[in-house]
Amino acid sequence: MLKLKTANADALYSRISDSAKLYLPVKRAGQVNYDLWESGCEVTLGEMTVKSPKDLFFPQSEDLMAFRVSGKSIEIENPELPTEPFVLFGVRACDARSFDVLDRVFLSDPVDSYYEARRNCGTVVSLGCLEPLRETCFCSVFGIDLAEPEGDVQAWVLGDEMYLSAKTEKGEKLLAAVKDLCEETDGAPLAAAKDEARAKMAKNPLADLDLTGFDGEHMMEKFNAPEWKDLYQACLGCGTCTFVCPTCQCYDIRDFDTGHGIQRYRCWDSCMYSDFTMMAAGTNRKTQMERFRQRFMHKLVYFPANNEGMYSCVGCGRCVSKCPMHLHIAKVIRTLGGKKQ
Amino acid sequence: MNNNALIPTIGVVTSIRRDTPDVKTFTVVRADTGTGVCFKHMPGQCAMLSIPGVGEAMFSITSSPTCTDHMEFSIKKCGCLTSWLHQMDVGQQVTVRGPYGNGFPVTTELKGKDLVFIAGGIGLAPLRSVIEYMLANRADYGHIDIVYGSRSKEDLVDIDIIRDVWMKAPDVDVHLTIDRPQDDWDGHVGFVPAYVTELGFDPNKTVLVCGPPIMIKFTLQSLGELGFEKTQVYTTMELRMKCGVGKCGRCNIGTKYVCKDGPVFRFDQLDELPDEY
Ligand SMILES: Cc1cc2nc3c(=O)[nH]c(=O)nc-3n(C[C@H](O)[C@H](O)[C@H](O)COP(=O)(O)OP(=O)(O)OC[C@H]3O[C@@H](n4cnc5c(N)ncnc54)[C@H](O)[C@@H]3O)c2cc1C
Ligand code: SF4
Ligand code: SF4
Ligand code: FES
Repeated sequence: MLKLKTANADALYSRISDSAKLYLPVKRAGQVNYDLWESGCEVTLGEMTVKSPKDLFFPQSEDLMAFRVSGKSIEIENPELPTEPFVLFGVRACDARSFDVLDRVFLSDPVDSYYEARRNCGTVVSLGCLEPLRETCFCSVFGIDLAEPEGDVQAWVLGDEMYLSAKTEKGEKLLAAVKDLCEETDGAPLAAAKDEARAKMAKNPLADLDLTGFDGEHMMEKFNAPEWKDLYQACLGCGTCTFVCPTCQCYDIRDFDTGHGIQRYRCWDSCMYSDFTMMAAGTNRKTQMERFRQRFMHKLVYFPANNEGMYSCVGCGRCVSKCPMHLHIAKVIRTLGGKKQ
Repeated sequence: MNNNALIPTIGVVTSIRRDTPDVKTFTVVRADTGTGVCFKHMPGQCAMLSIPGVGEAMFSITSSPTCTDHMEFSIKKCGCLTSWLHQMDVGQQVTVRGPYGNGFPVTTELKGKDLVFIAGGIGLAPLRSVIEYMLANRADYGHIDIVYGSRSKEDLVDIDIIRDVWMKAPDVDVHLTIDRPQDDWDGHVGFVPAYVTELGFDPNKTVLVCGPPIMIKFTLQSLGELGFEKTQVYTTMELRMKCGVGKCGRCNIGTKYVCKDGPVFRFDQLDELPDEY
């Protein structure tokens, strides 16, 4: 394990930037989001980013291929898949788990070439939480250890020091390049801090959510639960929850006429939208209740039923804090049973 | 880049047949060689067809896998892409990707069975592929009944093939019906579900049904009354699709992605899914 003074973090960022693009939480115009590091930018590791880091692997909008159309003939221009390495720094444990969830979708057969290319280019430096980042965090409910995040390199900030520990080959390569800025450590002070973090997490208001019954076996029971009727009422169908969510992966494919040809691209979409499943004969989810139910059934029942119990929610709390109507997955879990009381 | 699932191949339309006022059947071959199928498929599988800049949509491959020199698609005009396809001419290139979905279990569960095909309107498209596959492998299947209905005689898709090939094939009975009486129609008149009841099939047969949701619903009732179990009845589902590979989330019903795990399901399998289709 390596450590360096947080006061020297800029030297670390600068060194990483020498060989790869570095993305990390940066405050711009009052909002913290993953952004490209530049000397002098306001790195803000201590706040939850508004948008999740999924953008780096599954961009909000991404070109898929282009076509040249002339008369009756069509020519395909294959995309140039990204090859440039980048480092994603400061990813919290919840978001680090979200990459596993997205991997299940995009790397399962048939592999999504675009996602795979970005995933191969990226090195993830995760940041262990030595206290829950916010009141709305409930990662522990999904078996995520806030203090021991997944990733190529794990980092922690304790007092005025940053600790770095490689977990994969990619991670070791990254640390080898910054070694001279750091000193070796056994990381002893971290153990107590991690335990403290876990204890604090256990006291977070949503940490007592109970997922009992959210599984494939209870699919029909949950689907037909009478509670959905009241629960969805306030939902505006705005899609905010899906856009800020690290694990929401629904997308649309569209064509755009650039004037020089046709660009086919994909962009994030939302199952909360009324035209998501619209067909000539109408839509199969006619009411907002059905669409609302789909989002949560997918995350809490269908996805785990297909993925050995892995939920498609990581408890990041973004939808909890961003839904304009204070509707969110925690409320759904509370209402549909599984209360620890 | 064949391993990129979203990148299509180019096909070219070599003939266009008008079946009904709103259905045309398009013959497509590979554009690079000017002949052959864009890819191999099994009956009931689908393909994503597109005209860049206009749209991309899922269609059943209506030709049989045993037809290797071209692919056919029967397409009903109902929106942006389908209207464009209806006004284009022979020689037009299209993009094609697939095959998608599971298809009907022709080499397993359906083998050796007596079969009843029940179709309404454009619902014949996926079934035609199965029927022609079975006719080409006649010894592997038992007796075949085909019940096919549409609004009027002008709305029967593939009518020439039905008259010239299927009606003359060994051990095949074709039962056509139209919704309302018409001059110079001496066949059956009435809705498909009632006709199925009237024909009174032996409930040991296996049924493949495809058509508008309302027709499927009442046909299932008729079959139930005749003593058919849900485990003997197959259908193919239609939901909005974009990716075709189980990733864009659009066609998700319960634990299934219809584009990948379907579109063919047995009714007992559908019973285990949330009723959202
Ligand atoms: C597995 C499968 C197999 C199929 N097989 C066949 C087949 O063999 N033959 C066949 O003809 N069809 C088949 N279809 C249906 C075919 O995919 C649709 O007809 C096709 O997508 C229509 O595309 P379009 O661009 O012409 O229509 P679109 O322009 O997309 O419009 C279709 C309809 O939806 C409405 N619509 C679209 N978007 C919206 C919106 N945002 N808000 C409100 N209304 C909207 C339009 O008004 C229109 O009525 C199949 C579908 C599936 C899923
Ligand atoms: S749950 Fe909230 S954030 Fe999500 S669509 Fe409904 S109103 Fe918008
Ligand atoms: S559903 Fe909400 S809490 Fe769960 S991962 Fe998505 S945004 Fe975070
Ligand atoms: S069409 Fe994209 S998941 Fe089925």
